[in-house]
Amino acid sequence: MDKRVNQKAWLLVLPVLVLVAFSAVIPLMTVVNYSVQDSFGNNQFFWVGLEWFKETLASERIRDALGRQFMFTLIILAIEVPLGILVALNMPKKGFWASVCLVLMALPLLIPWNVVGTIWQIFGRVDIGLLGYTLDALGFDYNYTQDALDAWITIIVMDVWHWTSLVALLAYAGLQSIPEAYYQAAKIDQASRWKVFRFIELPKMSGVLTIAILLRFMDSFKIYTEPFVVTGGGPGNSTTLLSIDLVKMALGQFDLGPAAAFSIIYFLIILLVSWVFFTVMTNLDKEEGPK
Amino acid sequence: MAQITLANLAHSYLPNPSGEADFALKEMNHVWTDGEAYALLGSSGCGKTTLLNIISGLLRPSQGRVFFGDTDVTDMTTADRNIAQVFQFPVVYDTMTVRENLAFPLKNRGAPKDYVQQRVAEICRMIDMEDQLDRKARGLTADAKQKISLGRGMVREDVNAILFDEPLTVIDPHMKWELRTQLKELHQRFGHTMIYVTHDQTEALTFADKVVVMSEGRVVQIGTPEELFETPEHTFVGYFIGSPGMNVLDATVEGGSARVGAHEVPLAGRYDGLTGHVQIGIRPEFAHLSESEGLPVTIKRVEDVGRHKIVRADHEGTEINIIAAEGAEIGADQRRVVFDPDRVNVYADAWRVPPTSMGRAA
Repeated sequence: MDKRVNQKAWLLVLPVLVLVAFSAVIPLMTVVNYSVQDSFGNNQFFWVGLEWFKETLASERIRDALGRQFMFTLIILAIEVPLGILVALNMPKKGFWASVCLVLMALPLLIPWNVVGTIWQIFGRVDIGLLGYTLDALGFDYNYTQDALDAWITIIVMDVWHWTSLVALLAYAGLQSIPEAYYQAAKIDQASRWKVFRFIELPKMSGVLTIAILLRFMDSFKIYTEPFVVTGGGPGNSTTLLSIDLVKMALGQFDLGPAAAFSIIYFLIILLVSWVFFTVMTNLDKEEGPK
Repeated sequence: MAQITLANLAHSYLPNPSGEADFALKEMNHVWTDGEAYALLGSSGCGKTTLLNIISGLLRPSQGRVFFGDTDVTDMTTADRNIAQVFQFPVVYDTMTVRENLAFPLKNRGAPKDYVQQRVAEICRMIDMEDQLDRKARGLTADAKQKISLGRGMVREDVNAILFDEPLTVIDPHMKWELRTQLKELHQRFGHTMIYVTHDQTEALTFADKVVVMSEGRVVQIGTPEELFETPEHTFVGYFIGSPGMNVLDATVEGGSARVGAHEVPLAGRYDGLTGHVQIGIRPEFAHLSESEGLPVTIKRVEDVGRHKIVRADHEGTEINIIAAEGAEIGADQRRVVFDPDRVNVYADAWRVPPTSMGRAA
């Protein structure tokens, strides 16, 4: 029997295509368009080919920002993931205090980015901020507006404060899904606390942790508002991360072409790292699975 | 290996139990002989698993003591009690290989390497997984995982007891037989005390030396499969064991005979001074259709189950089941049922009453 072909079905997909084109494809293509042209006043554009891409890849300023960005992301991942797991392991499993913990943990996640930035900007000030003033009074030479290391510590602590609870909540959900029998079996097998973590909790959490790491990687790699509010990228360029640099270039200097090329490279880096990470994690799973 | 003693044991999941109804496990005193295979049998929610977890130490009883041999283990941890337990659903360490899974309990206790190797090889042969030894446990089928759990439960030779909590629920029927047979063999070879929780009577009766029947938090009878079949101590045992279960009829009993309504049922022994709610119980295997004597019944239907026929009959609103031989003719004029007198048990308030003397009075 022949299958009946009905091309009218395409009509059903049309609304989605129009929406996606309007909200994603066309804006992205506009950026692509800018990235291969040079612009002058009076809306004059000249074709420059891949010139901006070459320039971006060769630019020391952008390389430095990229380096700072990777360093920032690696540091916050290295702190937030283990810390989140540790918090999740120590949260009560049920009852009144479990709910209290959940609400408290969710609070930082509900605060808008620039409010978080403002909180820490004030909190860390040496003249009126609780943290800055206290540290200063205790004799620490702390000033995030003048010292690069202090600025870094401030934005890292801020990010950890803001986002560790996301990792903790995801890890907690993973832990909650482990049946009680596993812990009972471990007791009977006389497994140590470390072995319970290593052979029961960690494997059972691996799925949610993959997601947590992916989310934290992407979000921290794109971070803009909070460090911008706190340090504005300074002192000097010491906390100028990729997004801050991009905005400076696109809106501060109005270099549309280079900024567009920069954006595309930026986007591709995030896509590539996420893809590699995700593929590695899921393949690890598959290798152990049925053949 | 040890004899297990439960002294005044009771358990409630509530912090301040007030009445007997609050107890998931009613007070009990039992001694379970070293080296025997016990099956804990009862319907869901009767306290089987609670009792098992108390013995294994995963749960501390709210009242009473547990002894292994002469040692009071009530406050000991599970690990110190040196028992093994297999759970209803497979518990395997996903990231370990089958071999590492089996070796885990031994390694944690610091057993020497060649001993571990030898035990793992033995267990592996028993659960028939030699060709999968070096595979990761993740991704194996539920059967295979449960076999690993069973293997881990049996890998230690020096355990005081091995406890099984409905371990074969997830296993394929043909594999069930095989594993149960292997467990039984293992029991005969090493003589571990085994406690096996199940709600499947066939499983209990084929596995155990002694079956412990539980109902509503109480142990109603501990006995060999034969005892449970012939002399159920409680009407619940009668219902629960056997397929179909025992027929129970309200009756009055005087001396050597019982009266069901207006009809007399002869008994093998004498019973005097019965009080409470009196019933007689008779297994369907010992009831026979007859044309002339016995209780009048209406036959509702006849089920042919292959080996024999089950006759579902009704006597004044009470169902009576009769097992008839496969070849037996069931005629339209067989309107009565007779019971073998020496197979009739008498119950007062659901508990069996032994006869005061045997032999019928003249």
